[in-house]
Amino acid sequence: MVLRLKVNGTMRSSPAEADTPLLYVLRNDLELNGAKFGCGLAQCGACTVLVDGRATRSCVTPIGTLGESEITTIEGLGTIEKPHPLQRAFVEEQAAQCGYCINGMIMTAKELLDRTPKPTEADVRAALDANLCRCGTHGRIIRAVLKAAELAGRI
Amino acid sequence: MNAMIATRREFTAGIGAIVVAFSIDPKLALTQQAAPLPGSLAQNRMLDAWIRINTDGTATIFPGKVELGQGITTALTQIAAEELDLSLGRVRVLTTDTSYSPNEGVTSGSQSIEYGGTALRLASAEVRGILLDLAAKRFGVSADTLTVADGTIGSRDRRKVGYGELAADLDLHREATAKIAPKLVAAHKIVGKSIQRFDIPKKVTGGIAFVQDIRLPEMVHGRIVRPPRPGSKLDSVDVAAVQAMPGVVAVVRDGSFLGVIAEREEQAIKARQALIESARWTLGPELPDPAKIYDVLLALPAEDTVISNKQAPVPEGATVIEATYRKPYIAHASIGPSCAVAEFKNGEMTVWTHSQGIFPLRNHLSLGLRLPIADIRCIHAEGSGCYGQNGADDVGLDAALLARAVAPRPVRLQWMRDDELWEPYGPAMIMRVKAALADGKIAEWNYDLWSNTHSTRPTEIGGNNLLASWYLANAQNQAPPRTIPQPAGGGDRNAIPLYDFPRQRVVHHFIKEMPLRVSALRTLGAYSNVFAIESFLDELARAAKADPIAFRLAHLKDSRARAAIESVARNANWKDGEAGDGRRGRGIGFAKYKNLSVFVAVIAEVEVDAASGVIKVPRAFAVADAGQIVNPDGLTNQIQGGIIQSTSWTLHEQVRFNRDGITSRDWQGYPILTMQEVPHVAVELIDRPSEKSLGAGEGAQGPAVAAIANAFANATGKRIRELPLTPDRVKAALG
Repeated sequence: MVLRLKVNGTMRSSPAEADTPLLYVLRNDLELNGAKFGCGLAQCGACTVLVDGRATRSCVTPIGTLGESEITTIEGLGTIEKPHPLQRAFVEEQAAQCGYCINGMIMTAKELLDRTPKPTEADVRAALDANLCRCGTHGRIIRAVLKAAELAGRI
Repeated sequence: MNAMIATRREFTAGIGAIVVAFSIDPKLALTQQAAPLPGSLAQNRMLDAWIRINTDGTATIFPGKVELGQGITTALTQIAAEELDLSLGRVRVLTTDTSYSPNEGVTSGSQSIEYGGTALRLASAEVRGILLDLAAKRFGVSADTLTVADGTIGSRDRRKVGYGELAADLDLHREATAKIAPKLVAAHKIVGKSIQRFDIPKKVTGGIAFVQDIRLPEMVHGRIVRPPRPGSKLDSVDVAAVQAMPGVVAVVRDGSFLGVIAEREEQAIKARQALIESARWTLGPELPDPAKIYDVLLALPAEDTVISNKQAPVPEGATVIEATYRKPYIAHASIGPSCAVAEFKNGEMTVWTHSQGIFPLRNHLSLGLRLPIADIRCIHAEGSGCYGQNGADDVGLDAALLARAVAPRPVRLQWMRDDELWEPYGPAMIMRVKAALADGKIAEWNYDLWSNTHSTRPTEIGGNNLLASWYLANAQNQAPPRTIPQPAGGGDRNAIPLYDFPRQRVVHHFIKEMPLRVSALRTLGAYSNVFAIESFLDELARAAKADPIAFRLAHLKDSRARAAIESVARNANWKDGEAGDGRRGRGIGFAKYKNLSVFVAVIAEVEVDAASGVIKVPRAFAVADAGQIVNPDGLTNQIQGGIIQSTSWTLHEQVRFNRDGITSRDWQGYPILTMQEVPHVAVELIDRPSEKSLGAGEGAQGPAVAAIANAFANATGKRIRELPLTPDRVKAALG
């Protein structure tokens, strides 16, 4: 049985069983590196993608539950040449050390900015509170999200 | 331009020619008469071990130090580009690989700029000099009349030749002399600038950035099964049932080492779960009682070393004060569980690894696999930040054992979250201080610390330090633990105060037996020792009715140390004798890392909620003096990160266990600081272009814990001497 998923605007298929977490399909079948395995328990946020615009932990989301949903990964936001304001702001603020958590930070922030285009620092902190960073890059991540809101406002 | 993750296929297809040309002659390195060379040139003396000039006018550099998310690749490129007179875009960095890179041991201890950077700086300056000589010969002029702009050499009569045109005549297979002086700091155009890191764009766009992202043709997915607790023996497991599960390629059992390989990752995870459920174990020894862990450690035999002893008479009538401080086991707890990709083909084992030391890893892989070192190749690929020895080395052997079972198919193995907590922890420590105060000054200082070793890396000899090797049917033993000698020190790192006390004695009680597995965690013993020394200085200042900053300065001659402390006091607008109000307070912490490296002073502010016992750290000020700065923004990032990570250790972190095993198995069992708790950190850098660059990645953690502990005491008048500063301890302290 082949399951079909709409990822970054394109219909894709996977031979995986319906109970397979979306993360493994994205990484291994669709060769999308952005979403990362961190805990497999929805505790850290490294695997975050958008499902119909909502930040979702792909490590615990079975593909069989996704139906026609629109799935967006960090690859769907932009590229090195044409970055999304969030990606551009994370580069400009050098908001990474190892960078393993950054996918989840950006994807969670994407939902925040979609809902709250001009967030306060407290909004950003609250939105990202369940995304763990171990290198201590938090301050730069907050600055990058606030900067992305500015950049997006200008576009 | 980038640090590439070169698969073997890309490697042979693209740049295979260099394999032959680059060699590090071990006989040369061992030659007694050879003149000593600075930095990592000492062990890797040939210029072509570090640099190649390509015919297209670019340079390729071969660092032996690896990217851990600290930005070292960018900083080393800045150094090479500066000395070669090339723009950054013309310098390529090749990923570290045992088949061609210089052996720079382990990337640790904030030493990459100092050792790897020094080597690249001198080698680059020398290569530039050789290129100038070649051009001079070609033009028939003197080399000192030539100029260089981005790899093009020009003569006074306007003739030009590019590095690429000279590459064919260039023979770098010669020993470095280190006699060509690097540029004067005033001439620097690239070093000292905040260059954006090369690795970040791909990390924010889903590029291939990590070992976890490597995908090879025919690759399969592995998972391993650890026992319920260390030292357990596998009695039985239903291999046949698991082998029949969908997608399973092989179940691997060697003694008590157990793993599974499947076509798909989720199939491997399901098969792992089935193995966990069917495995029957004879349990290893019980763990110590966590409530008595410090007593357990103190009761173990210890080797005592007096690491500082200064004699002077103690004035009569001095006031004697003493205190004991404790620090628990702390985990590296990387966000991404450890991962390796291994491939066993034609008798050669290749392991893609995020190890901090691919050459030492290769040695212990050789022991574990019983393969000659020459048949093993380790290639570095970035992992999630490690902060010391996490599971990076262990997973390399795990993956290799699995790959051998399904050769020649490559195996990608990423640990599950609970596997990651099998890493070696930063050791628990006890610090006891006793001091005498006379006339408001410290007249005598006695300091004792008890600790296990702080390194059980594959650098050790006399055993195998890779976890899986202890569980094989033909089991191997862990190498005997050693201390790291002063002046850098291991458990005793930063145990000797930088302050000037007339009489002092510092004793390192080294405990060989390890109740829990331990190894290097960022700062080694410095976090604990700076916590104890700097907390106790505040206790003494209080007893002497002195301002803590004035009290420190009264005992401190080192001018750079004084400057760091005075600057942070100024930035934080510190008021002499400032007191907390029961809820809010501020404190200071200072250290010169290893007593050899970066100077960092931190003032932290805390807010204490007496009802809940929760401490918040809303802000911190830091001043860092790391000598000559290579990349100011990179340095700032390291200091900010160090303070935030230390805040997490200080407020939250301890590895939890009971007699049955480790109970910290995920983020609920091992909570860390979250976004809403993170302090604002304001960093000032003191640039000293005429001083040598000092490593900074570990400089802030000790000062930060001390500043927070002192701020709590300043706020509440109560002192907590056992980490972490949990709500329970806060409530107990406040009564």
